Amino acid sequence: MSLTNELIQQKLIEKFGDQLTDWVQPYGMLTFTAPKELNLKILQFLYDDPECKFQFLTDLQAVHYPEKKGAELAVVYHLHNLTDNVRIRFKVFTDITEPDVYSATALYSSANFMERETYDFFGVNFLGHPNLIRILNVDEMDYFPMRKEFPLEDQSRVDKDDEMFGRG
Amino acid sequence: MSRPVQYNTKLKTVEPPAGVMGDGFMATSLEKVVGLARKNSIWPLPFATSCCGIEFMATAASHYDIARFGAERMSFSPRQCDLLMVMGTISKKMGPVLRQVYLQMAEPRWVLSVGACACSGGIFDTYSVLQGIDQVIPVDVYVPGCPPRPEAILDGFLKIQELIGQESLRRRTSEKYKDLLESYGIQ
Repeated sequence: MSLTNELIQQKLIEKFGDQLTDWVQPYGMLTFTAPKELNLKILQFLYDDPECKFQFLTDLQAVHYPEKKGAELAVVYHLHNLTDNVRIRFKVFTDITEPDVYSATALYSSANFMERETYDFFGVNFLGHPNLIRILNVDEMDYFPMRKEFPLEDQSRVDKDDEMFGRG
Repeated sequence: MSRPVQYNTKLKTVEPPAGVMGDGFMATSLEKVVGLARKNSIWPLPFATSCCGIEFMATAASHYDIARFGAERMSFSPRQCDLLMVMGTISKKMGPVLRQVYLQMAEPRWVLSVGACACSGGIFDTYSVLQGIDQVIPVDVYVPGCPPRPEAILDGFLKIQELIGQESLRRRTSEKYKDLLESYGIQ
């Protein structure tokens, strides 16, 4: 294979220096962390670079780490180079009180629905998204269900008839 | 020589309603006649979203054969249906759709809720699932089970027949019924 993880890492470090951290390769997949302001620059660089050619956004989603104060929400980008069949991923972290991340929709059209889903479940506010509304859940929902901030069973729920389940 | 009949000798015919019978006539109340006619020719609308729908298909197929009870005519237009059979998990997002289907049905209409999910949300005690369809529409008969066997669905269907046969012709215009619909926000 012509495009190795080491080569990609070297190119990225050449371009962005030590702003990119936490380089790991679990199961051979190059993974790193970037500051959230840089996400579009990195995506654009990986897209345009004649050797990297990461022109396919496989997946985009978020992870909630409640214990990481100030960087609770991670947005994860999975990229695929279809020419050399190489995959990489990188994460950007953001504060949950200010979950603003730049939208990748201008670069990858496939990011449109994935960012809407990420907004729907984690409340990540993608700046520049053309239509950032809920996609899977009901529009009336006023919380982000996949955040790890709910007890396993919420006793305050009113849509559950407790008597039917022996909890009355 | 007549052929000996060994099977199906315990056939039951439907009892005629109470009334006055004579040579060539029978007098009974209109309500009972309408009840008989309605209950033996129910047009169901299957609203099947998951595994209970598969059980329903078995119920409608030759072995269990719901047609024996006069319900072989599945209608896929709510306007021409008598019975809405809800089978499967109804998510909160689908709640308004189910309600819309119910509203499009003409009176008199009945609802059969098949399976744990339709009755109570079942195992899906979660943010996206409606915890029982009786949150959005009134239900006449609940069939428990996960999924219920075809026999259970047939039993629920017979219960619906019982209800239909005994229903008063004035029920749908009564204050009580209006209050019931009112509690669901249906005018």
